[in-house]
Amino acid sequence: MHRREAPLRPNGGAAIRLAHVRKHYPGAAQAAVGDLSLDVPEGEVVVLVGPSGCGKTTVLKMVNRLVEPTAGEIHVLGEDVRSVAAPVLRRRIGYVIQQIGLFPHRTVEANVATVPRLLGWDRRRIRDRVAELVELVGLDPALLQRYPSELSGGQQQRVGVARALAADPPILLMDEPYSAVDPIVRARLQDELLALQRRLHKTIVLVTHDVDEAIKLGDRVAILNVGGVLAQYAPPAELLRAPADDFVAAFLGSERGLKLLSLVTVGQVASIEGPVVDGDVTPGEAAAVMRRFGVDWVGVRAGGRLVGWVADRDLDGRRRVADAPAQPFNAALRPDTTLREALDVLINSRTRVAVLVDDDHRYLGMLTVDQIAEGLR
Amino acid sequence: MRALANGPDSWIWWEWVGDHLDDIAASTREHVLLTAVSVGIGLVISFPLALAVRRWPALSLPVLWAAGAMYAVPSLALFGILVPVTGLTRTTAVIPLVTYTLLILVRNIVTGLDGVPRDVRESAAGMGYTGTGRFLRVDLPLAVPTILAGVRVATVSTIALVTVTAVIGQDSLGQLILDGLNRDFRTPLVVGIGLTVALAVTAEVALLGVERVVTPWARRRR
Ligand SMILES: Nc1ncnc2c1ncn2[C@@H]1O[C@H](COP(=O)(O)OP(=O)(O)O)[C@@H](O)[C@H]1O
Ligand SMILES: [Mg+2]
Repeated sequence: MHRREAPLRPNGGAAIRLAHVRKHYPGAAQAAVGDLSLDVPEGEVVVLVGPSGCGKTTVLKMVNRLVEPTAGEIHVLGEDVRSVAAPVLRRRIGYVIQQIGLFPHRTVEANVATVPRLLGWDRRRIRDRVAELVELVGLDPALLQRYPSELSGGQQQRVGVARALAADPPILLMDEPYSAVDPIVRARLQDELLALQRRLHKTIVLVTHDVDEAIKLGDRVAILNVGGVLAQYAPPAELLRAPADDFVAAFLGSERGLKLLSLVTVGQVASIEGPVVDGDVTPGEAAAVMRRFGVDWVGVRAGGRLVGWVADRDLDGRRRVADAPAQPFNAALRPDTTLREALDVLINSRTRVAVLVDDDHRYLGMLTVDQIAEGLR
Repeated sequence: MRALANGPDSWIWWEWVGDHLDDIAASTREHVLLTAVSVGIGLVISFPLALAVRRWPALSLPVLWAAGAMYAVPSLALFGILVPVTGLTRTTAVIPLVTYTLLILVRNIVTGLDGVPRDVRESAAGMGYTGTGRFLRVDLPLAVPTILAGVRVATVSTIALVTVTAVIGQDSLGQLILDGLNRDFRTPLVVGIGLTVALAVTAEVALLGVERVVTPWARRRR
């Protein structure tokens, strides 16, 4: 896909650029990574996902030169990785691995301070930075003087991230960072990473074998097949909507629609005006609207807000719709709500609609199952 | 006390001990010195050997085999070979003692360094340690408990072995033992054996203490 031979700008907007990268381990029958070209845009989270043994770890390690490619070029922030000594390069790139690999003989504080020490920062600067990081990753400062063996898995993971971020590297490489922790902690750590990323805007390359993790965390997802072959590289919603081939479709699983539900937001879907009338219209006019939408209720609007809904039978003998008792809608959704939540609201509501409002609670529209289904296409 | 007939024939004749305190102290000092020098030289030789074994795994078998074979050679035979070359000197005494430490020290240094978890080594490299930096600051500290365990065993066994050097006239607590045996006189025998055991126990405890102090991380486990 990215077959440009020479970068247009020094880094062409890509924080990491792999060009025709190949890795053949000595003695291996096949190349672990075939001919991979991939641009990682600055400030984005790119997730490499694929079956075990497809070369994800190899790709990551070629970026920080823990593995040297057999052929091809890798540029980090516009610079060929071979143009700097490997240790120097690595001090500029945060690295988190599945087993975390904390130094057992160092306190949490010393672990976090690893790279700043290697860079020769003075004590005071290191101490301030450690304090900052502990806060950033949500670690109890009381743990600073503990040894890694005294921490829980989740705490160790946070220390690993703090250590990787210590010298504020623009790039973070994470190799299956959450596969060693239980699902509840994993979900929390994933959320924390997303929150962290909203503050830090790092360029993150994360490796996982878990498609759901890839979809949840990635701004873009690269699906790799065995031999390091790039099967598809796209934002997750695009992958789910239009898998490039059978392998990608199979890898994404049979519930692509359901996965999209958690990814697409209400705001990205075309809503309908819905059976809504102003409070001062007559029951006759309201009845016409209900007939048009084929429902036996009508939403009542007052001054741009939706106050609730009124059942057909409650309108008998009223002069205005506003005179009938209005029932509140279950919940009003903001545009950034996921379709998944919208669907939940919808199926739990008597009216079978989800109401959409803006931040000032002004009525924006309604979603029915039809609009949600349309949004998943 | 007198009633217990404390004299030349009792297990320990305190008067003799009192008269020979200086000799006993000198022998003890020499014993400690021989042990320290032997284990020290043993460590100095073992380190490069262990590193070579780790770098070129093909060396592992020959080196450990050779160290094991030397371990099996009786010390008396070694003295027999060495005395014509190095004479009745401290050097002659130290060479076999050093030899005997090599097997355990090389083995424990290799085991200790091999035992550094892969993920720790990988993350150290990933953080930007140079090869030497990682060895000194990560690999070595993590191998210390295993290496010190080797030093402990080597030290205690050397303390016992030093006594044998008495046969080539080298002073140590072994000299007291030999003296007691030659003269069929219990007191120096008991003093020699007792102090040797005491030294071994002291060394063991002291080295355990050192280990605890230098590896605080190894004892705080959840
Ligand atoms: N150091 C190595 N030496 C030889 N083969 C290796 C090495 N590391 C990985 N491989 C092989 O390369 C392939 C890709 O491995 P890896 O990058 O670890 O895959 P993944 O992280 O996707 O599971 C696998 O077949 C693996 O066995
Ligand atoms: Mg892997």
